[in-house]
Amino acid sequence: MKKWICTACDHIYDPAAGDADGGIAPGTAFEDLPDDWVCPVCGVGKDMFEEYND
Amino acid sequence: MAIKLNNSVRWVGKIDWELRRFHGEELSTHHGSSYNSYLVQDQKTVLIDTVWGPFAQEFVNDLKREIDLHQIDYIVANHGEPDHSGALPLLMHEIPGTPIYCTANAVKSLKGQYHADWNFKVVKTGERLSLGTKDLIFIEAPMLHWPDTMFSYLTEDNILFSNDGFGQHYASHQMFNDLVNQEELYYEAMKYYANILTPFSKMVTKKIAEILALNLPLEMICPSHGIIWRQNPLQIVERYQKWAQDYQENQITFVYDTMWNSTRRMAEAIAEGIKQADRQVEVKLFNSARADKNDILTEVFRSKAVLVGSPTVNKGVLSSIGSFLEEIKGLSFKNKKAAAFGAYGWSGESMATISKGLSEAGFNVVSDGLRLLWNPDAESLARCADFGKEFAASCL
Repeated sequence: MKKWICTACDHIYDPAAGDADGGIAPGTAFEDLPDDWVCPVCGVGKDMFEEYND
Repeated sequence: MAIKLNNSVRWVGKIDWELRRFHGEELSTHHGSSYNSYLVQDQKTVLIDTVWGPFAQEFVNDLKREIDLHQIDYIVANHGEPDHSGALPLLMHEIPGTPIYCTANAVKSLKGQYHADWNFKVVKTGERLSLGTKDLIFIEAPMLHWPDTMFSYLTEDNILFSNDGFGQHYASHQMFNDLVNQEELYYEAMKYYANILTPFSKMVTKKIAEILALNLPLEMICPSHGIIWRQNPLQIVERYQKWAQDYQENQITFVYDTMWNSTRRMAEAIAEGIKQADRQVEVKLFNSARADKNDILTEVFRSKAVLVGSPTVNKGVLSSIGSFLEEIKGLSFKNKKAAAFGAYGWSGESMATISKGLSEAGFNVVSDGLRLLWNPDAESLARCADFGKEFAASCL
């Protein structure tokens, strides 16, 4: 599964890790995050993320 | 005038005694402020942060009295906001090519503001810059309070340059925490946290845990505004840990606006009810159109519950309450109870508008609220007192 990066603060969403604080289980693809999910670091919405290649 | 912090570090910033509004007109600064810049001299010389643009020329002139600018080997920009980077354009005109150490996000913010391609050196957490006998260690701190923020730690001297973290808008020639009025200092530190850092509390908790886990000795915390923490510097770190954990005291705060005093009289009667039910709880009332909004937000920060009131005007609320609801939405206070109240003459929408705003801001709205027609009479005031008693009970 692809990683995504926040264009505001550079936080990387790693599907393998999920987002425990946001109630997102490990293994959740970025596309499957709920529409109201926000960046756990800076709080912007999903539309501010883009695909990230290591 | 520079102030010596120890044998290698000098404060070379600017005390701004006149400042009363900051971030445009958004933030009140009753005690002025300072823009702290630090000059560290080892085998190499480094300048950490600068000052706000209006003081750029004074800053550079003063700095020249301390050192030949060409002896500055490195500049560290812990945060790109103009109150710390504002003298960079003038300084870089004098010493072009001097490397500026900052985060990748600070390159974005500095380029975005000054449109200059300076000699940026991007650093990440854990990277070191050797000054000869001492190192600067960089610690990224995104969203404390911009994406570009970082802290720098000076080894051997054991100083944390924390930029806006642990800062206060507090002008003082005393410079050090042990020499100033503690009440003023802590009020300004709390006001700073409440109005600026509250939305990032989760990151505050994590970053402090990360820094404490490094087990670095700490002799001084040098923030970018206000006084320097040298006597038991961990005291402000411990305070931040508390503030970041959905802080509250035993206080209920009223925030209301009023046209013909009906809503004010409701507020006072509800407050009476609260006091009858609970003698211990601190109750404070603020007219949001008259009191300073940042002081009000500081009182909200320390409260366990708020009561927000407005009469109905043009099917909505008075503008100061509209503004307050927008403020609290952005600040994302946690674990606070709330209810709405207000007087009205015919349509009566204000109570629902306020309740909705409080819910959207993450407050736990514990009742439908209380709205009353026209001026309260004795019976209405008794209803207010009962409402206050019920509210006090729901906050126990």
